[in-house]
Amino acid sequence: MPETVTRSKFEYDPADIWVLDREDIDALEIGSAILGTGGGGNPYVGKLRARQAIDDGFTLSVLPLDKVPDEACCVSLGGIGAPVVGYERIREGREGLRCVRAIEEMQGFPVDLIVCEEIGGSNAMEPLIVGGMTGLPVVDCDGMGRAFPEMQMTTYSIYGHTSTPSVMCDVHGNIVIFQHAVTELFHERMARACVVAQGGGSDLASAPMTGTFLKKFAIPNSYTQAVSLGRAVIDAKRRHADPIAAICERENGRHAFSGKITDLKRHLRGGFVVGEAMLSGIDNHHGEDASVLIQNENLVFTREGEVAVSVPDLIVVLDIDSGHAITTEMLRYGQRVAILALPCHPLLQSPAALEVVGPKAFGFPDIVYRPVAGG
Amino acid sequence: MYRLGIDVGGTNTDAVVMEGNKVLSGVKAATTEDVTSGVIEALEGAIGKAGIDRAKIGNVMIGTTHFTNAVIERRHLNKVAAIRLGLPATACLPPMVDWPEDLKGVVGNLGYLVKGGYEFDGREISPLDEAEIARIAGEIRDNDIKAAAITCVFAPINDTMEKQAKALIEKHCPGLPVVLSTDIGRIGLLERESAAIMNASLLSLADRTVSAFAKALADAGLTCPFFITQNDGTLMAADTVRNFPVLTFASGPTNSMRGAAFLTGVREAIVVDIGGTTSDVGSLHLGFPRQAATVVDVGGVRTNFRMPDVFSIGLGGGSLVRKDHTGKATVGPQSTGYRITKEAKVFGGETLTATDIAVALGKASVGDAAKVKDVDPTFAKAAEAEIIALLENAVERSRMSPEPIPVIAVGGGSILMPDRLGDLEVIRPENFAVANAVGAAIAQISGEVDRVYALENGLTRELCLAEAEKEATEKAIAAGAVADTIEVIEREDVPLAYLPGNATRIHVKVVGEMGGMDA
Repeated sequence: MPETVTRSKFEYDPADIWVLDREDIDALEIGSAILGTGGGGNPYVGKLRARQAIDDGFTLSVLPLDKVPDEACCVSLGGIGAPVVGYERIREGREGLRCVRAIEEMQGFPVDLIVCEEIGGSNAMEPLIVGGMTGLPVVDCDGMGRAFPEMQMTTYSIYGHTSTPSVMCDVHGNIVIFQHAVTELFHERMARACVVAQGGGSDLASAPMTGTFLKKFAIPNSYTQAVSLGRAVIDAKRRHADPIAAICERENGRHAFSGKITDLKRHLRGGFVVGEAMLSGIDNHHGEDASVLIQNENLVFTREGEVAVSVPDLIVVLDIDSGHAITTEMLRYGQRVAILALPCHPLLQSPAALEVVGPKAFGFPDIVYRPVAGG
Repeated sequence: MYRLGIDVGGTNTDAVVMEGNKVLSGVKAATTEDVTSGVIEALEGAIGKAGIDRAKIGNVMIGTTHFTNAVIERRHLNKVAAIRLGLPATACLPPMVDWPEDLKGVVGNLGYLVKGGYEFDGREISPLDEAEIARIAGEIRDNDIKAAAITCVFAPINDTMEKQAKALIEKHCPGLPVVLSTDIGRIGLLERESAAIMNASLLSLADRTVSAFAKALADAGLTCPFFITQNDGTLMAADTVRNFPVLTFASGPTNSMRGAAFLTGVREAIVVDIGGTTSDVGSLHLGFPRQAATVVDVGGVRTNFRMPDVFSIGLGGGSLVRKDHTGKATVGPQSTGYRITKEAKVFGGETLTATDIAVALGKASVGDAAKVKDVDPTFAKAAEAEIIALLENAVERSRMSPEPIPVIAVGGGSILMPDRLGDLEVIRPENFAVANAVGAAIAQISGEVDRVYALENGLTRELCLAEAEKEATEKAIAAGAVADTIEVIEREDVPLAYLPGNATRIHVKVVGEMGGMDA
């Protein structure tokens, strides 16, 4: 169980801090889009906001997980809502900052570190931007190692952190505090109802964690991983090598299918984008049918009617030519895509984790999770 | 009946006369500043060479890169008031935030953020700030701004506020053209807004250009309807271009690739269109250009139009050939461009170009071969190797599989292409130089339905999509498309949750071959 955070204030050794420049942000856009498995918010919009923050003079910085002091007050935050809302109704800009200030006011002392809720998509950028605005570093870790649609699906929650009291802020300036949720699932349900009322896209910061807890249960090195994954894609393209092969090699994944989108059912339901993309095989998969089930993120990939990959492993939909990930709101009829299957972090594969992020948790009781084989 | 295909490029204006699927004649002329005289020269040449009665020309199809070039060269663009309705949402990223600085400067960088906009379910984010719109209208008048572009958050779900804002602007600024984002793009605020702003900046040029085309055709005694090709290789009525010039953006590469497929009959290939300054490279699949899956840059601006996946390299007939400080031959990316006929050595000029190398090595006969006799053969060979390396790299980048597929070389500069490229066969079709104009002449016919359906009383999404598809197909056939060539290229449904009756906006677009063609 996580210890309670008490009053704290830490200084960090500048030698430990990685200050991100524009090139890092470009790589992070690509890497976080891949790890976003279709969701996590539009990485391009996130990149533009991160750039804007750099241009406004803010420092976007990352601290290694092992340099986090045990007693540090660490606040995890990210966007909540439907990705399409973030792509169309762009943020006001200070939602995350208001969340952090409200938590500080609530507890009566300052926050020491910002933590990433999910490394996928725009949610990789959000903590950096808020870190810049508050002058705090972001820890090189996250709670998913990918993106998931629901809040209780973080390793923080799975391994015992109670995420309330939390704060949710919207574009209008509304600030909502969730004082106490009896379960993490209740927190998710209440937050989901609230984000629909707020227009389907807000920021949420959850109860602070101690450094001790974070070091044990966070997915480590996620910024390092996302940025180097992005660099690998950029580098492969520069060398005219296959970016898809470069991704699979780095992440020990496999290229599961190549196809063209023949139909797309997608709509907003209760603050989520839900739907299905139907695919007809091309190249080596000519003549085969496949589909991807979506709830903000890509959840289940079936090929010829058989489940081939499922959560918590990563199902990535990429533009077959450029190797760039396509988020669910960018999917279009007729696109030619590659489907990659990448293994998830072991922290998501424990029985406790599979209860929360396995197929059953998403309403597929008949699907048995089988970890993807690499290569 | 005959068809006249015209391609107005940055350097050359090409014209072809076609009868069914036969190219009767093809002619190149220089593009002129006024557009009109170049078009007349090319079409008169093509009609004369074909020896046909011009009264029997049934349709004229024009492809033009005029509007793309205007954006790329930052020329002839109007200043635009870019008005976004959505505050307090969207405040962190103003209009044109991701545009290159120079283009922003030319278009005026006049972004206005105004209270208004809708949530995803149709609620208002804020009521429209009418007083602010009136104040902006005053600034537009005072500063002699030539156009406005209005973008409202979630306008594809409800366009009422965009229309209200337009009515207000028009009331205060009579005669000012106002572009609405919903008429141009889909969900995705920044891309839709950028497309609307670019469209607005091109309206004066579009009006002048379409008038110039109309005048050229009238002066040539042609009274038949004329069409202009759009991004996806389909035709639109010329007058539509006056309002939507951005819809022509990628038509150049589309036309050259479709023309290449048509002229060779090859349906799987890599097409290299070599011009004076650059070469466009893309790949054909089933006779059509591969589409870019996500977004495409135009002049440094991200847009979400449906466009072919084509990239350019800095190699053309006019590319400068030089020795670097180590004595190594370099080719391009600088070029003589359209001045090639004055500056290249074979034309009596002083500049050594890629064309001169081809002539010096006896690979092409253009201009006066005697003028390149003094080019050192070893150096010419080295320059040729450099040219081939550039082409090989570009083709490799477009190649999707190890299967050897042919390379089709088109465009005026295709004399630079060797007979084989690595393990790939090179095809240089007859009329290769006017492939763009052929592509325009064989452009497809589309049919489109974009409407709100109420999904109730047993009406399902599938039934509505099928109905929309049927109606779009009927429209395309009525416009001249051949029934069994029709295919769906766009299919999108956006549920409008706020309306009663489970309303869904359905957009279906189909395309088909024009009658009398076998592409």
